[in-house]
This record gives sequence, structure tokens and C-alpha cells, in this order.
Amino acid sequence: MTDFEPRLLGILCNWCSYAGADLAGVSRYQYPTNLRILKVMCSTRVTPNILLEMFKSGVDGVLVGGCHIGDCHYITGNYYTEKRIAMAKSLMKTAGLEPERLSFYGVSASEGKRFADLVTDFVETIRKLGPSRVTTDEKLRRRLNVAIETAKAYRLRLLNGKELSLVQAGNVYNKLIDAKKLDTIIDRAVKEEFERNFILQLTKDRPLSVREMAEELDAPPDEVLEQIVVLRSKNLIAMDTIVGVTPKYRAIVAGGC
Amino acid sequence: MLEMTEKIGSVMVVGGGISGVQTALDLAESGFKVYMIERKPSIGGVMAQLDKTFPTNDCSMCILSPKLVEAARNPMITMMTLSEVVGVSGEAPNFEVTVKQHPRYVREDRCVGCGLCIEKCPSKTVNEFDMGMVQRKAIFVPYAQAVPTKYSIDETKCLFLTKGRCGNCKKVCPADAIDFEMKEIIEKVHVGAIVLAPGFEIFDAKLKREYGYGEFKNVLTSLEFERVLSATGPYQGHVVRPSDHRTPVRVAFLSCVGSRDDKVGNDYCSSVCCMYGLKQAIIAGEHTAGLKPTMFFMDVRAFGKEFEDYRARAENEYGIKIFRGTRVASIEEDPETKNLWIRYSNGAESNTEEFDMVVLLVGFEPPANAYQLSKALDFNLNNYGFAETSVFNPLETSRAGIYVTGAFSAPKDIPQSVAEASGAASKAGGHVYKNRVQYVKAEVPEIQVEGQEPRIGVFVCDCGINILATVNVPKVVEYAKTLPNVAWAEEGKYACSADFQERIKQRITEQKLNRVVVASCTPRTHEPLFQSTMEEVGLNPYLFEMANIRDHCSWVHQHEPEKATQKSMDLVRMAVAKSRLLEPLKKSKLGVLHSSVVIGGGLTGMTAALDMAAQGFPVHIIERERELGGNMKNIQNEEGGIRPSQYLESLVSRIREDDKITVHMNASVTDVSGFVGAFKVKTSKGDEIETGAIVVAVGGQQYKPKEYMYGQDPKVVTQWELEEKMLKGPVHAKSVVMIQCVGSRNKEAPYCSRVCCTEAVKNAINIKRTSPSTDVYILHKDIRTYGFREDYYKRAGELGVKFIRFNENADPKVEKQGAGLSVMVDDVILGETVRLQPDLVVLSTGIRPNHDNEKLAKFLKVPLSKDGYFLEAHMKLRPVDFATSGIYLAGLAHWPKFMDEAIAQASGAAARAMTIISKDELTGTAFVAVVDETKCKACGTCEEVCAFKAVSMIEISPGVSKARVNPMICKGCGGCGAVCPTGAIVSTHFTDKQLLAAAKSILNEVTE
Repeated sequence: MTDFEPRLLGILCNWCSYAGADLAGVSRYQYPTNLRILKVMCSTRVTPNILLEMFKSGVDGVLVGGCHIGDCHYITGNYYTEKRIAMAKSLMKTAGLEPERLSFYGVSASEGKRFADLVTDFVETIRKLGPSRVTTDEKLRRRLNVAIETAKAYRLRLLNGKELSLVQAGNVYNKLIDAKKLDTIIDRAVKEEFERNFILQLTKDRPLSVREMAEELDAPPDEVLEQIVVLRSKNLIAMDTIVGVTPKYRAIVAGGC
Repeated sequence: MLEMTEKIGSVMVVGGGISGVQTALDLAESGFKVYMIERKPSIGGVMAQLDKTFPTNDCSMCILSPKLVEAARNPMITMMTLSEVVGVSGEAPNFEVTVKQHPRYVREDRCVGCGLCIEKCPSKTVNEFDMGMVQRKAIFVPYAQAVPTKYSIDETKCLFLTKGRCGNCKKVCPADAIDFEMKEIIEKVHVGAIVLAPGFEIFDAKLKREYGYGEFKNVLTSLEFERVLSATGPYQGHVVRPSDHRTPVRVAFLSCVGSRDDKVGNDYCSSVCCMYGLKQAIIAGEHTAGLKPTMFFMDVRAFGKEFEDYRARAENEYGIKIFRGTRVASIEEDPETKNLWIRYSNGAESNTEEFDMVVLLVGFEPPANAYQLSKALDFNLNNYGFAETSVFNPLETSRAGIYVTGAFSAPKDIPQSVAEASGAASKAGGHVYKNRVQYVKAEVPEIQVEGQEPRIGVFVCDCGINILATVNVPKVVEYAKTLPNVAWAEEGKYACSADFQERIKQRITEQKLNRVVVASCTPRTHEPLFQSTMEEVGLNPYLFEMANIRDHCSWVHQHEPEKATQKSMDLVRMAVAKSRLLEPLKKSKLGVLHSSVVIGGGLTGMTAALDMAAQGFPVHIIERERELGGNMKNIQNEEGGIRPSQYLESLVSRIREDDKITVHMNASVTDVSGFVGAFKVKTSKGDEIETGAIVVAVGGQQYKPKEYMYGQDPKVVTQWELEEKMLKGPVHAKSVVMIQCVGSRNKEAPYCSRVCCTEAVKNAINIKRTSPSTDVYILHKDIRTYGFREDYYKRAGELGVKFIRFNENADPKVEKQGAGLSVMVDDVILGETVRLQPDLVVLSTGIRPNHDNEKLAKFLKVPLSKDGYFLEAHMKLRPVDFATSGIYLAGLAHWPKFMDEAIAQASGAAARAMTIISKDELTGTAFVAVVDETKCKACGTCEEVCAFKAVSMIEISPGVSKARVNPMICKGCGGCGAVCPTGAIVSTHFTDKQLLAAAKSILNEVTE
């Protein structure tokens, strides 16, 4: 594994972290050559689905850099990034991809040394993890596809944008939600949405029983059944056949027959 | 030709170095016409000759070049090269200046800078730009990136002009630009004010005969060495000895050559040599493995922002050997090896040591034509031959309406010169502001690219050797040619140079390019330059992408050339992948509020406010205390016969009387919203001030000592307390000990506070004057009385003040001894511990940043340096700007400094603010969020996340709402798009498709 050279992507914000990377250059702080940097105006531009798409293409790791919390040039941008990265990591974990392959740091315009150190450490972390299995592991790739679809789901994206207001201003019932509880809510939403998407994906072409789905999904059958109930109520899945005493379900393809 | 047909406020700037260029740019940006007079065939000054600049080690040409190009292409600036001012009549704002323009013998309107003439020119002479180390032809450009890139003929060397034969250049010139008939022209130019920026001359090292310069080949001046280090220099950046072109190992750097030396008539300190010397030692070490620099200093004067850090790194990280308190007595050359023997004293002992090469850190002198200039323009020079200014009017010469900036008033570094340059623009603008004009850029018809197959041009920069030394640039170019849609690829020595901009334009036209990729340095500094170049030939500037193969590659992978080359290829591939998907974008326009807010009502804030009010702009000063004045209230020592408190009073009354200025007392800033041209500042008094620009002048504070028994014994006081005591009468003491660097240059505050040495020395002089029998000791690490302040140091010595140097980590000890005090210090020179029994111990306390800077920085969204001072956009060339446009910086909020420096900087910040608030409209960003209304479900999430309130729900038909983005307010962060649950919002220039194409391309191929 020693000659493995990780292929890493850096997504850095224009104002702090990209400037920090520039300063590392100006100060000639040396670091490994593995990182390829892409500039965005603010780290908040980064969404879980775009990150997962990047992983799907086979990159071994993604380092997202923003301003330090409180320093964001766009005031609250990096706060959202932090939450979004957590969601992306949660999805990666659910899909079976090591969440350590994704990291998010605040790097200020004056922290050239810190930037060089972070890159050095990140390269080391990924080196230890080894190459991404995305391109070789069929099952992982399929789960990652589901994760991407999940990340695009209405509910998750909506949650992405509500965090700050839910924590600071309260929900529609004027009830403040503490940050920790919100994380639990998000985690649960990620898991549920992932499972639902997976079920829909699995049953798109052929009907499956709850047990069969549970095996594919690596989840207990009662959990699968729970999601099927929700999906049925949303008219997204229907019972297709009954084999013996076992019902089989099939996804309802929108616009199909 | 130069008579203005309409009445436009115009200013003449004499000198085209960095200082003059900055003045010209600020004036032009504020709506004034500028005549720039330069003696040489091209602008750029000494900064163009430098390899790197301290303390960021930025490539000098890289940061200068964009400014030169900007000055050359600015339609408000008329450049008159090979010209000099020979007389001035009238007075401000009605000067008539007589300008003598020497013949170039090459028609500027025709010369394309192709260089064919050089090849055929038979006459050679020394190349002044390379300090005579190589030769040039009689027809020449001073340097490759010269602005304007127009050839000129040296009439003293040209065979045709001297002997009437040859004329080869005329024969080969394809543009028929050669004109031997050109004559000297005398022109009259009418201007409202004049700014002098003629720069400086370096000391003639031959006058220090004991150093053998000019006789010993391996003794170089620092400017020669700068050329040696430069990639464009005589040895292409390789450090070699002139005698045998071998790489030296032992290199000695000698400071104070022609400075602090009354034997050569230069008593003053040149202020910058210590730092540029450290820089040269560091860079030489970087260029050459195994090179061992040794530096001989009298004092190490690292007093500027981040300088002390730089000094520490030079010593600790780069292993540079530094001697302090040492002046080299003489140099002898070994006639065989051409090595050099240096004789020096170190402490009490005298040594000799052998070196391979010696660099003389030569000081500054007034420009050669200073006297002539002072006669022609009728203003005074000071004792040293520099332009005379005063502490409270640091930018003004003795003649009203004529201002001075840069090294002509005193030796100084680049950032200070640039701040002054802006300051001089502010002062000059005050004479002509009534005739300000709004320049409207002529629109070049845009090339339509929609629906066309991308044709990408890739330009890969060598950056001298900054990139080339590590990255195989030709290989990257060849690789780029193989990428999809790349229609053209080529290499450039300096992609940012004026000639290369022409090249890019030519390629766009001839190759029908509709996308441009430049692989060079950082888009943060250079993107605008290339974008303007594209605009000039009608290509939308957003069809541009940069690959940062320098800051993110060659500089950080200096020892891995192969991998760095691979990475550069990958970065180019990424840029190409994104470039293929780029779309043309348009900017929106925005009205500007013609007023300003100044935060802080001390000397700096008041000066900035008065400057802006003088040009007719309303200004609000927000001062947290009950009265104006800040730290200045505590400064007692007279400056040029004026007590600071007196000057302060006049300043305050001017503020009070100025109906343009509103002062908000007892008020602090509680919130800042909005953006350049339209900020809203809230104060603790409940005021909401709308303003176009903000100047941060919050000052700093004096360190309250915890050490040396301060507060425990009344005989231990600070310098300020001593000054107050002395107001009441002479100090009655047999012996006074002053301790330097109290609260500076230590673990807690590793930086130098800049002013304390001078303050101590001045107070020591005052004690000696009023009570000659009092013994005064100053215990110090270095005495940093830079510039003309060196005079105080000298006088203190003459009056018998005793200076005792102690080491970095050997602070003196103060103890109680009976009823008195005892001070113990390890004297470096004597090499032993000295015990003193003073009646008074005076602590030279440092300056600290305001404790609440962090809070204000958060409101303004601007950064602080690691020491807690506000951090400017660029330490060298944008000393009073923040990265966030519309917000500027001056005074102690930026860094410890003297009053004259704070005043100059305040005017500088005012000038920069006026480049904004003088405009009728600003253009917004092209990177904005765009809503696809067919997908929008009006959930309102975007509205919630937008911190700038740029998105709102608009009812477009009864019961149907859609999200709408105000492109003027939108900052293009992409936050709304990231949360839009239906994917209805796209961030232009950063679409999912574009980002993914770039991201995926790092793996191997470019895909859709």
C-alpha cells in the first residue's frame, strides 16, 4: 500500500481557505502533491449530492475548506457547510464508504502553514485508508447511487436550509430545537430517506419481498416494512404479486403504466 | 495636443515607479486626468528590478506588472516617458508645467515591440537594468516586461545618430517605426496639482574604498545581487560568482553600506536594508543548496508588519548566521581564489573570516536630479538632500500644491510608499475635485459564442523561473494541446506582462478562440488582468479559467519536479474541463452613496475624514470616547516645534467647523450590513448611517506592563509617564535606566512596536539637556531609530547616553535594593553582567492591538493578523485596502507607527475610499444565483438562508409566488442553490455541471 498515491480533490472558498493555500505557496511550505484544488466562492456552495457524485467518480478523498466559523465572507455560509458535510458523511457511512474520506476545515487567509499541515495529514489519512473501492466494488457503487438520489431528496435539502432558523428562531410552533436534537433528526432523516430510495431502486425492475429487500439493504425486515408503509401511503410503491403467503412489492414509476 | 478641450481636473505625477503609478491609478480611478512624467523609456522603477519582496517573498514583477499594465491601459492616464520637468509657473490649482521630452527615435504609435531591430543593431553598451552586469544594444527596451513595450534608441551609442552610418534598425523594422529625425520637444501642461515620486538613488559603494567594490569582482551591491537572484537577470536566477561563475557557499551580507555613516556623509538609516538583506539571504539559500549566508548588522531593524517574524525565521529556520553590533572594518581579496577576507569586530574581539562572495547592502540617497527638480519646481530639500516634509504634513513639500510620495521624502519600503502614494492622490485631488469626470469605458462589441463549439486557448506561464524551475512547462503546453477543444496552447515567460497581453489578444483573434485558460499564479490577484485583456478584443471575461500552478504547485512542491509537472497537467485539465462548459455572463450596475464612515476619531480617523470632506464628501466619524484625539492626547514630545496637543486642538476645531463632517461621540459600531457603495452602519447610539465606504481607524493601545516591578515601585514608570513628569520640570535623578522592548519582541507579543526606540532616545536627550549630570542608560536588543530618526540616536550618543545591548532571551532584572532599585543586565559587548543602581527605571512599553478588534472585524467581515491587528488585502501593494471592497484601513489599527506615518496612511485610506464614493455607479458581480421559475415551488428556504437578503418571494400572479434574486445584492455564494429542494437555483460560473466536470477530470479524462 506504500506506493498508493491518493487522488484528492480540494474544494476551497475564495476568501479564506484558497487564500490560505496561496499563502502556503508564498511562504514555500511544502506539502504532498496529491491535492487538486477547485475554487468556489463559498464553501456553502458544496452540497452532499455533488460531493457524493465526486466520490462516485473515484476520487480517494475530498477536502473542503472554508473560513473559520464566524469569519465567513458570506456571514453564515460555512455554518451550513458544516451541517451539510455532516449529512454527506452520514450518507457515505450509510452507503458503506468511509466518511473519513471527506473532511471540512476552516483555514484563514493567514494560515498558510496550517493549510500545508492539513493537506499533509489528510494525504496520510487517505493513504492509510487505501484507494477508494468505488470503482471496483459493485455493491458500494449501487449504494452510492442510492445515496446520491437520497441527497437530492426534497426532505433532506429542505432540512439543509432550515437548520439555522430551527436552532435560532424556532419551528412553525415557535419551538426552539437544540442543535444536538436537530442532528439526531437529520441522521434519522438520512437513514429513512436512504432506505426508501434504496427500496424504490431495488423494486424498479422486479418485485421483491420484504425479506429479500432486507437482505439487500442490510437492515432488519421490520424497518423495511416501516418504509414500505410510508412509500405506499405516498403512492410510490404497490403490492405486485403474492408468492405463497409472501407479498412482493414493486416501485411505481412515475409516468409509467 | 495635451491641452484639454474640456475642463477636467488634472494632476501631474513625476516618476513612474510603484509610488507614482499608485498615485496615478488612484487619481484616475477617482475621475481625474493624470500626466505621468518618467525620465526613463519605461515605467516600473526600482521595484521592477527586484526579484522578490519581503516579508511575503512575493515575486516582485508578478505583483507589480498588473499595476503597470493597468496604468498603461487606463484612458485617464497620459504617459510621457523620456521626459522631465524643467519649470513650473502659476500656483495650485493653475500650474503650468514645462516638460522636456527627449526623442525616442522610435514612434510609439507604430512600434509593436517585435524585437527584430535588436538582432540587427551592431552597437553594444552596458545594460543599466541589470546593473551593468550584462550588455544591451543601442536600440533597446529596459526589460522584457517593460511598460510601454516600445523600443527606444540610446542616442549616445547609436552609430547612425553619432556617426551617420548603419541605420539597420530602420531597414528591418516591419512597422516603419524608426524615426532618426525626432527632436526634443518642449511642452506646456496645465495641471491643478503636482505629485513628486522620483524615487531614490542607491549609494555609490565605490566610496567605501575599504570594501573594494569595483575592484574585487565578487563584491556586489545588493541591487546587483537582486538581479543575480532574478530569473530575468544576468545568470537566470542562479547564484554564481562574477569572477568564475562558480556557485558560492559562504556569502557575507554587510549592512549599513552608505547609511548611518558620517564618513560618507549619510548619517541617516536607510530603513529597508536590514529587511531586504534578510530577504536576499533567505532567497539565495533557497536558490542554492548548501549556501551559507552570514550577515553583519549594526542593529537588525525589523520594525514593520510581520518583519520580526521574518527575522526569526531567517535565523531559526533558514539557519542564517547573524552578527549584531558589528561593522565590518575592511575587505581583502585573495588574488588567486578571488575569495574575500572580512575583518570585523565582535564584542571586544576582532576577527577575520573568509567568504566566497560579499553583498553590500547599500543605502538610499536622494535621486540624482533632486537638486535640479527642487530648483525647477521651487521647493525645499532637507539637510540630507531629500524633499523636505514635516511630521504633521508628511506628504506636502514647501510649495503649496506640490506633494511628495515614496523614497523621495525619506528612505522607506514599498508598502509605506504605496500608502503615501494613495495619500498624495488624496491631497492632490483636493485641488481639482470640482472638475471630476466620470469615465465611461468604450464597449467593445462582444464576440457571440453561444452555440459554438468551444475553442480553448491555453497559456502556460514560466513566471520567470518561479514555475519553470520546478515544472516542465513545455511538457504541460504539449499536454494541453491534446485536451479536447483546446485549439491553441503556448508558453509565456511572464503571462502577466504587457507584451503577453498583446499576445493573448492576437491569439484570440487569429485562432478564433472563445475560451481562455491561463495556467500561472493565483486568480485572486491576476484574474482581473486577463479578463480585461479578453474584454479588449470582445471576448466575454467569464469565458476564462485559471490553473494555479505556482502558488498551489511549483512553490509547494519545490523538490518534486516530476510530480509537480504531473499535477500541473492535472490542474490544466481541470481548468479546460470547466472552461468547456463556461457561459458568457453580464454584470449588473449599482448606484453609489457619495459618503463615508470613519470608525475611530484619533489622529488617523480625523485626518482621513478631513481629506474626504475636503473633496466635498460627507463623512461620519464614530468615536467611542467622549472626546476626539485617541492616543495622541498622551504624546508630549514636540515635533518641528509644534506640540502634538497643539496640533490636535487645531485638528479637532477643523473637524468641528467642517459642515461635511458629523461626529458620533460615545458611540461604537454594533452592526454593519450592506456592501461596497451601500453599507449600513449601526451604532450603539441607535444611529443607522448609510455610506458608500468605511475607513477603519480604531487605533491601538499602549501595553500595561506587568514586569520589572511596574506598579510595585513608584520609581518604575513608562515613557509616557516620564514625559508627563518632565512637563513639570527636569527629572531629579543621578541615574536613569530605560529598558526597551517591554511587552514587545517577547513570547506574548513577538513583534516590534516600532516607535519605542525613538521615543526612549528622544526622552534620554531631553533628560540630558535639562540635567546633563544625570547618567542615562538605554538597555536594548537593537536600536531601531530608522530613517532620519537616526539623528536622535547619534545626538543621544554625543550627549553621553549609554547604550547597553542585551540578548534576545536575556531580559534585564529589576530588583529592590534597600530603598533603591538594582538593575542587572548581561551586556553583550562587554560579555559580562552589569549592575546599575538607578533612581528611575523607565519602561519602553510596546503597542498592542485594541482588545475588541475581533468584534469589529466580525461586523465588517475582514480578517485580523495573528498579532491581532487588522490584516490588509496585500501586505506589499494593497497596504490600506481590505479584500472586501469598500473598506479601508489606516493607523495603529494596521500596525504600530509614528504620527507622520499614520497621517500619510490616513490620507491613503481616504484616497482609496474616494475611488469608490466618487463614482456614480459601480458594477456588481457576475456570479449570481439564477432561479428557474418553472421549477421553483416558493418554499422560501432560499430566502431564509440568504444572509444578504438578496432573495425574496414575489407574487408573480394571483396566488403564485416565485423566488426572485436581486443581482445587485447577490454575492454569488451559492448558498440558496445548495438548499433549493427542487434544484431550481443555479449559481452562475459555479454550476453543478461545471464543478463536477472539473472535479471528475482530476482522475483522468475530460468528460461531459
